[in-house]
Amino acid sequence: MVVKEILEHPLSKYLRTDMMPHIWCPGCGNGIVLNCFAHALDELKTDLDKLVVISGIGCIGRTAGYTNTDSFHTTHGRSIAFATGVKLANPELDIVIVSGDGDLFAIGGNHFIHAARRNIGIKVLCVNNFNYGMTGGQLGPTTPLDAITTTSPYGNSEHPFNLVHLAAASGATYVARWTTLHVRRLTQSIKKMMQKEGFCFIEVISPCPEVFGRRNKLRTGLDMMEMFKKASVVESFSDPAKAEITSDRIVVGEFIDIEKLSYEKLFHEKIAQINEKTMEQVS
Amino acid sequence: MSGKRSLLSGAHFLNGDVACAEGAIAAGCRFFAGYPITPATEIAEHLSERMPEFGGIYIQMEDEIASMAAVIGASYSGLKSMTATSGPGFSLMQENIGLAVMTEAPCVIVDIMRGGPSTGQPTLPGQQDVMQAKWGSHGDYEIIALSPSSVQEMFTLTFEAFNLAETYRVPTMLLGDEIIAHMWEKVLIPSPENLKVVNRKKPKVAPAEYLPFKPDDDLVPSMACFGEGYRFHATGLTHNEHGYPQTQSSETQYKLVRRLCEKIRKNADRIVKVEEIMVEDADVVVVAYGIVARSALSAVRKARAEGIKAGLLRPITIWPFPETHVADIAKHAKAIVVPEMNCGQLVREVERCAKTTPVAFLSKFGEEPHTPLEILEEIRRNN
Amino acid sequence: MPERIKHKPLDLEKVQVPRAEIHLIKDQCKGCGYCINFCPKKVLEESDEINARGVHPPKVVDESKCIVCSFCTAVCPDFAIFIVEKKDKEESKT
Repeated sequence: MVVKEILEHPLSKYLRTDMMPHIWCPGCGNGIVLNCFAHALDELKTDLDKLVVISGIGCIGRTAGYTNTDSFHTTHGRSIAFATGVKLANPELDIVIVSGDGDLFAIGGNHFIHAARRNIGIKVLCVNNFNYGMTGGQLGPTTPLDAITTTSPYGNSEHPFNLVHLAAASGATYVARWTTLHVRRLTQSIKKMMQKEGFCFIEVISPCPEVFGRRNKLRTGLDMMEMFKKASVVESFSDPAKAEITSDRIVVGEFIDIEKLSYEKLFHEKIAQINEKTMEQVS
Repeated sequence: MSGKRSLLSGAHFLNGDVACAEGAIAAGCRFFAGYPITPATEIAEHLSERMPEFGGIYIQMEDEIASMAAVIGASYSGLKSMTATSGPGFSLMQENIGLAVMTEAPCVIVDIMRGGPSTGQPTLPGQQDVMQAKWGSHGDYEIIALSPSSVQEMFTLTFEAFNLAETYRVPTMLLGDEIIAHMWEKVLIPSPENLKVVNRKKPKVAPAEYLPFKPDDDLVPSMACFGEGYRFHATGLTHNEHGYPQTQSSETQYKLVRRLCEKIRKNADRIVKVEEIMVEDADVVVVAYGIVARSALSAVRKARAEGIKAGLLRPITIWPFPETHVADIAKHAKAIVVPEMNCGQLVREVERCAKTTPVAFLSKFGEEPHTPLEILEEIRRNN
Repeated sequence: MPERIKHKPLDLEKVQVPRAEIHLIKDQCKGCGYCINFCPKKVLEESDEINARGVHPPKVVDESKCIVCSFCTAVCPDFAIFIVEKKDKEESKT
């Protein structure tokens, strides 16, 4: 059932309003991320014809279907590899990947580190809800130790990734972490990321009340957001290796903000040089 | 030899992989993403040098899964794209081949077949991926696969593969084998004016009316690309004509999957190509492809010299399988001989189409394809 | 003016607290409660009516208390609420 009044919302031009309301659960942080993203695009006055939103598989993966731009919903974990092809083929396009912790770091982990290493100019918005939500709440690479999920009924025995540390170590030029409570700072980070050269990464800690929160004493989205409020500390430019996430302390902020020549710039310059040389030979 | 930034028009002595790479460039391919794998590595190496000369892009991805994903990405950005691999890499690519089929992304995948399964015999030929090309990914779908049996065909069929991919918006495969890929032979490359390049259909309507997956009469939708203002959505999920996911509708699933199959099946008569030598009055017909077809031709000629009415049917298009050609031959031939470098793959298709006509299968593995004498003996046995 | 502020700000006449028009798209609401809970001025509370999603959307307690911080607009996951700043006709003349 499409709600017609959605057209009155100031950000509706960034949404595929014929697909609204979205499929996400009440209290799901995905909607907040979409909201902040649309807000950032609005403040930047982004040319929507030049923006491509690519997402992987998962609840957050549906984002590509909700933005009013060229968009593509890839196979599980492969959105970054797909985006590499898109960006190299047409470097003028702005490419934003919106995907989840499992999609980007479990099955897609290899593609993530290589894209960061190459410094290809794609922007990655990773929504971290600590589990595989779409399939019902299984453990993932960011599930906290001892958390209960459907595949760790006795408590998770795997140590989780520190995503900002991983992104920083792989060579990203911009690395930040926020929660869905930090709506303004997240919007500003997204704006910064969109205008930066090279591989950028923002991790957004997000509530998943229905399948994760419910099993881990955070019954509603509000409980999780209150936890974010209590536990987050902004420590920008601190050591990403020490940016931990526990129920008492969630370190957020911008961790890396450096300048580095992007892969597509480097490569296209080289192609232009080679092209010139061969044109000289022909003429 | 003309300047660097031009097609190598003229006569050349090339190896199969290089001929394939040149065929791609001649067809307008400007994006290659791949991963080194024997015996297809030379295609990547040659293109890493030649692509930038044409302003094209070469990228070596971290694995074959990423290569196939990047190929689809570049295709959706408007470039003709390809990858080249062998058995193990081909297996890795299957999921994304399914994505290419579902999102109807034109692309070319070159599989230089080697000994399998698994790591197998990296430096020796095989024909063991034939069924995988058709059934490798999950779900019901159709693809096009071509089989070259000379270095010249490595050029012309790669060129043709791009035209087919663009016409039918389908992943098109080139099933070469290690011998054809590493062989050196004379290749005649036409000048650019004599090469007919086909490009994908572009939308004729304004962005507001564009439906990315609404087919025309030929069952193929027109294709907008990223950045052209069409703001379309494409997904691997079952989708409607808008491109939006509609996973709960059996009607949508039925319409979509049927169309993806019919797109190729209904156009089979325009897609299928075979070479028929001396089959009109043949009693024994050899059906062979790839390197084996070379031995088969020699065997057929020797048989004719002995007075046996032998003929050769060489499928150039492996998928869709040349059903009508085989069925026609089966009507008047006494027997069909199928030599393959595997345990029996294309022979099953031949048996299916030949119905009651006896089909003899000749299997051989290893570094040498069947010799003409081996095939000749089989022809004699079935005469 | 609170007692602790001894001096009157020079631009007190010119600066006005923004006034708001609160727009609720009731049938988009999924009842997460974020807007109600995080509003700094407690302008919203859960209503008794049931919307098309089967939940209680928020209702405005006192629109005049809203200071147009727009946190509810930014944090709503469902695009169900947005604030528009009411521009006074007299203000636009000065």
